[in-house]
Amino acid sequence: MTKFSLLDHELVPKHEIMLEGELKSVLGKFSIEKEQLPKIKVQDPVCKEIGAAIGDVVKITRKSQTAGEADYYRLVIE
Amino acid sequence: MANVPPIPKRISSIKFGLLSPKEIRKMSATPIITADTYDDDGFPIDMGLMDTKLGVIDPGLRCKTCSGRAGECPGHFGHIELVAPVVHVGFNKVIRKLLRATCRKCSRLLLEPAQKQRFLDQLTGIEEIRHMPDDLINEVYKEASKVKACPYCNEEQLEIKFEKPSEYLENGEKLTPTEIRDRFENIPDEDISVTGMDPKNARPEWMILTVLPVPPVTVRPSITLESGQRSEDDLTHKLVDIIRINQRFQENREAGAPQLIIEDLWELLQYHVTTFFDNSVSGIPPARHRSGRPLKTLSQRLKGKEGRFRGSLSGKRVNFSARTVISPDPNLSINEVGVPMPIAKILTMPSIVTPRNIEQLKIYVRNGEDVHPGANYVLRSDGRRIKITNVNKDDIAEKLEFGWTVERQLKDGDTVLFNRQPSLHKMSIMAHSVKVLPNKTFRLNPAVCPPYNADFDGDEMNMHALQTEESRAEAKILMQVQENILSPRFGGPIIGGIHDHISGLFLLTRFENHITKHEAYDILRKSSARSLPKPAGYDPDGKPYWTGKQIFSQILPENLNTQFSAQVCSHCDNCRREGCPNDAYVMIRNGELLMGTIDEAAIGAFKGKIQDRIIKEIGPEAGARFIDDMTRLAIRSIMRTGLSFGIADEDIPKEARVQINEVLGKAEDAVQNLIKSYQNKELEPLPGRTLDETIEMSIMQKLGKARDETGGIADSHMGLENSAVIMARSGARGSILNLTQMAACVGQQAVRGERIRRGYAGRTLPHFEEGDLGSDAHGFVKASYKSGLNPTEYFFHAIGGREGLVDTAVRTSQSGYLQRRLVNALQDLEVQYDLTVRDTRGVLVQFKYGEDGINPTKSDFSKLDTIHRIVRSVVSKEVA
Repeated sequence: MTKFSLLDHELVPKHEIMLEGELKSVLGKFSIEKEQLPKIKVQDPVCKEIGAAIGDVVKITRKSQTAGEADYYRLVIE
Repeated sequence: MANVPPIPKRISSIKFGLLSPKEIRKMSATPIITADTYDDDGFPIDMGLMDTKLGVIDPGLRCKTCSGRAGECPGHFGHIELVAPVVHVGFNKVIRKLLRATCRKCSRLLLEPAQKQRFLDQLTGIEEIRHMPDDLINEVYKEASKVKACPYCNEEQLEIKFEKPSEYLENGEKLTPTEIRDRFENIPDEDISVTGMDPKNARPEWMILTVLPVPPVTVRPSITLESGQRSEDDLTHKLVDIIRINQRFQENREAGAPQLIIEDLWELLQYHVTTFFDNSVSGIPPARHRSGRPLKTLSQRLKGKEGRFRGSLSGKRVNFSARTVISPDPNLSINEVGVPMPIAKILTMPSIVTPRNIEQLKIYVRNGEDVHPGANYVLRSDGRRIKITNVNKDDIAEKLEFGWTVERQLKDGDTVLFNRQPSLHKMSIMAHSVKVLPNKTFRLNPAVCPPYNADFDGDEMNMHALQTEESRAEAKILMQVQENILSPRFGGPIIGGIHDHISGLFLLTRFENHITKHEAYDILRKSSARSLPKPAGYDPDGKPYWTGKQIFSQILPENLNTQFSAQVCSHCDNCRREGCPNDAYVMIRNGELLMGTIDEAAIGAFKGKIQDRIIKEIGPEAGARFIDDMTRLAIRSIMRTGLSFGIADEDIPKEARVQINEVLGKAEDAVQNLIKSYQNKELEPLPGRTLDETIEMSIMQKLGKARDETGGIADSHMGLENSAVIMARSGARGSILNLTQMAACVGQQAVRGERIRRGYAGRTLPHFEEGDLGSDAHGFVKASYKSGLNPTEYFFHAIGGREGLVDTAVRTSQSGYLQRRLVNALQDLEVQYDLTVRDTRGVLVQFKYGEDGINPTKSDFSKLDTIHRIVRSVVSKEVA
């Protein structure tokens, strides 16, 4: 259908669905529940692209001006 | 953080609706029927406006509704039955729209059923995604009022006109509130939903009042004047008016008065009810008090800066504060503030009596309120507060016991908060220690002007005396000026030398000054330096002399090592560092200035590298001491020679003037040539530009270059003997551009970045021909400020100058609003100990503060220089 992937655009950082184990260690690191993560809507184009479902956590690896590379985690909702 | 439940509380919805007459009667404690308030004995009349069923305000009485005393009883609503319905002013807009959108006969919404359904579906959709439905609802009204004949009963729809303040005319005939109400009553529920209203909570006929709720007496308390006379609240006055007219209306109608009189009274009732809600409706005269003052009715209580929201809820007045004009005092430390004696005698600090301080506090109490440092109040352990007067002061001093609190007057060393509005960043409120001084202004060290953005042209500042130990400790540790020298905005100092400080040290350290012993002591007298190093050499007459760099070194901390380029650095392609011919490479070794000029880059506010290094390597205390010493040293050294500027300093030699005129003449010719080639259609357009844009750009560029060239000529004829050049080069004040404009050529005046084009058709002023594209016809000012502008130049200059003024006015208001919104959105975010940023619910916003977890205050101007510096300091040589 689409001829290109959204993730190929240089302004779209890397998005990936997190595995159970990795998620657990991240939640443990910040000692939080999943609901305390920032949210992303399931209708978000990038969620559709990587096939994330409600309840998944998306790991985003961004380029950062200050830190070189920074990880960000968002919970898929609605 | 671990046992915080995920998202503890959330408001799911807020419902707004209209009060129905039924509801108003239900919540009413009593109907109000008489306009009188109190009987002859001063007792509230039953069913009057001060009925005790509405709550009580006089102590001793009990509320007849809840049997609470004054203070316990929250107050209860009453109601007035209006003889005839009146329009509620607040809903005029909706009433108008609804009248136009519904049928005059069958009251149905003037839309086809299918269209209604479509709007209804869209409305629920918008509600689901929680957007504002305003635009859609306006479209509903717009569509419905377009319809000429009712789709249900075929009735022709007439034009409805609204006339201020609350009259509705249908084809010129007045619609009475009764008629409007009848129409609204007949609108079916399902049609109301289409207009975005919820028929259960807001029937449109409730916008026409038949019953008026009477606010509780607690909302409109009466006050007893000293003469024993009662003075009623404005709202009570208004309610009295409403009841009087209501009664007269009823009597007249029952007596069968003529229609004309009835209509007049109805209008009068409408007026009073309208002004009861809002006394600033346009189209009607505001209701006035007997004294002629306009009444403050309901909407006046809420609206505006002094209204309930902005005046009482968002902001409040505080005690223990002072405000006066500020003036400079370079002899104060940056941590100090000079407080006028009259203020020090009024503001107090509470001090609990203990065995350690009782004798001292007794002295304060004995001094009383007139002798500083005295005391103004004593708080006994039973909570009683006694004012200290000249009569009882000795008495109180004798009785002073442990555990009492003495409110002693402000004295030297007290910590207070000092603030200048607008408080845009955290450095707008800092803690200073008090220095009580004579006269009537607050005094502050001019070096702390930059963080407050203060000057002394009449600025006023506020001071707050701290009242608890906790607040004083917190202020001293977190808010004291020395703790805020480094700004989190860019990781450098925001406090430092300004104007004369920079010029002074520049003059001291730049030139090969021979400073005699006498002079040296004179310059260093006010600083903390107490000795002189070995003299730099001996004059022919055998007297020792010191250099300016040596003098400056005396105020540097002993173990300071740093190097950087000065402001005067000309950024050569090949920096020769230590061998700089311009003395622009500053090197400090073990607290000694070995080379380089001290200027803005070294000690300036925002830029000063020396403060930066001292604070980051030694500490804020040393930083504050350095700034204190530096300002005093600078002012004494600038006074050694003096620095002044006059008209003669703008003079340039005749040959320079000739050169400048030549440059300007050539530029003008070049412009003419450009225009010629443009007119002959020989000009090549720049890529992506039209021909018109191209010519404008080339002309602008030519003229800009010419102005810079003239500046260069003027600059080359003025050296460091010129005080304006000294100030511009050192970064103390002004720029070379300012000097160019004064001495050589003011240059192109611009509006929105373009040459001036507005004015008549095809020309800017009548002095020029239509279509003239030349430089002087479009705002190029050849003259300098010194030589004076000719009339057309003057006019163009005014145009360009006005744009600048308008821009700043617009920018401040826009950025102020943006700041407000940002602050409101971000105020609850907090950096946690694990360096995550979370809101109050514990939801994460950033997983690491700023993605790198670095405190910008401690970073080196936000550059990654720290590692290099550490390596350099360890191996003590340069590393790549």
